Amino acid sequence: MAKKLDSYEEMIKGLWRENPVFVQVLGMCPMLAVTNSAVNAVVMGVATFFVLVSSSFLVSSFRGVIPKQVRISIYVVIIATFVTVADYTLLALVPAIHKELGAFIPLIVANCMILGRQEAYASKNSVKFAVLDAIGTAGGFMFALLALGGVREILGEGKIFGVPLFGDNFEPWVIMILPPGGFITLGLILLFFNWVTARRAARNQLQPQPVGSDIR
Amino acid sequence: MSEQDPKLLLQPAPLLQQGMTTPQAMKDVWIALAPATLFGIWHFGISSLLVIIATIVGAVVTEWAFTPAAKRQIVLSDWSGALTGLLLALTLPPGLPLWMAFLGGAVSTGLGKVMWGGLGNNLFNPALVGRAFLLATFPIAMTTWHGAPDGFFTIHASNLAMPLMQSATDAISQATPLGLMKFEQSATATGSLLLGTTTGSLGETSALLLLLGGIFLILRRDIDWRIPVAIFVTAALFSMIINSVDAMKYPAPLFTLFSGGMMLGALFMAPDPVTSPLTPKGAIIFGVGVGLLVVLIRVWGGLPEGMMYAILLMNAATPLIDRVTQPRVFGRAKSNGGAK
Repeated sequence: MAKKLDSYEEMIKGLWRENPVFVQVLGMCPMLAVTNSAVNAVVMGVATFFVLVSSSFLVSSFRGVIPKQVRISIYVVIIATFVTVADYTLLALVPAIHKELGAFIPLIVANCMILGRQEAYASKNSVKFAVLDAIGTAGGFMFALLALGGVREILGEGKIFGVPLFGDNFEPWVIMILPPGGFITLGLILLFFNWVTARRAARNQLQPQPVGSDIR
Repeated sequence: MSEQDPKLLLQPAPLLQQGMTTPQAMKDVWIALAPATLFGIWHFGISSLLVIIATIVGAVVTEWAFTPAAKRQIVLSDWSGALTGLLLALTLPPGLPLWMAFLGGAVSTGLGKVMWGGLGNNLFNPALVGRAFLLATFPIAMTTWHGAPDGFFTIHASNLAMPLMQSATDAISQATPLGLMKFEQSATATGSLLLGTTTGSLGETSALLLLLGGIFLILRRDIDWRIPVAIFVTAALFSMIINSVDAMKYPAPLFTLFSGGMMLGALFMAPDPVTSPLTPKGAIIFGVGVGLLVVLIRVWGGLPEGMMYAILLMNAATPLIDRVTQPRVFGRAKSNGGAK
């Protein structure tokens, strides 16, 4: 790396400018499947955060000795180890939510965002920056999950984290709890992000970059 | 070419001009829908008028908000945004809370039209997108059918529910002819279906007036006659076949044709030029598909009415139908399937 890295910048970029969900459009499967309530979104976010930060740490520590030919399978083994830890921890601590999230906890292994960070960043940078990058990216992912889960729970049940907001007479938007609601909400949030990006680009006299054009 | 000389007309090639423009076609649809709409307002009272106004406002406001300022004049003056709102309102129950009607209008224009790039680019019929959203979002309110009110000026309490809230009072729901058919196997008399003195969505009940409007549109060549005809023939034949198997259980062809949203859907929504195939052969395939799906969903599906999903499903198939049925270019060799 010729360029000098700024630790604050490396961490903060994942939250907004390179947000894994809203800008890179990665990790869509858990994004759509488990965000029907804010609590589920937070638990999923915490589990992913743990897995991503730990595996980035480990991959970055061993980046000198992992043979290039088999690196992907080694990353997956490392990720799967932490997913198993997260899986059993959640089962012990919050069995009800663990049951609700079901297969999506083991499926964190297949989250392309995590593998992507190992391949694109942790395997090439020092442990400090790898961990900072992982914290930023996982934070951005958690923010996205919470945004989606919050909107869907507020409209779908009239609650946030289980606390009623509108009183007894609230008419629930059934579609928001169902998968189409996830797609519609995510689409609208992406729309909003594109709009913000386009506006900012117009202000800076640059061409707007639509979502997905910079997927790595 | 702005100067007009009566003796010598100088202008570039298309010398014969056709009066058919988008605003003109939209105006024709408004005229065609007027009798059925007025009947619906008369039959279901002033609350249906409120629902219509709410959806139109929702649709137009959304279109206005998401159209660049420079284009607003053009986009809003072709009456298509308001037409989407009216078509949606005609498929809604008259007692629907007004805020839901407004939301439906906003969704049908926002998700059904503006998002695709405006009029002419949408894959699905915008009004039906709005209705599908409402039906999935508020299943109870969308299937609470009010009959004719006590007096013309009676407003249903459920109409006036506060935004995001349910209607406070319990609505008395009456079964629609389709509901009676599906759950009690009792058919409504064809006469009242034709006149429209039944319960149902506020603009779909009067088969006769809708048919009148549809014939007007066909004569004005605003819609392709093949689509409604193919829908009617297919649906009638299909229900004749199943009706002959078990006349008690399955609806007769006439009931199939004149009940529910069949007329409204087949004449005003399926032949929407934007979302239906362009080729004559494709139009017939499209109509046959809608006709089959309607009867399938009505008879064996979970819901009493299937017109909406039938049209939306065939909308999705429209680009494929268009590609497969593309006519051979004159002078070229025949190619297999025509897709090349």
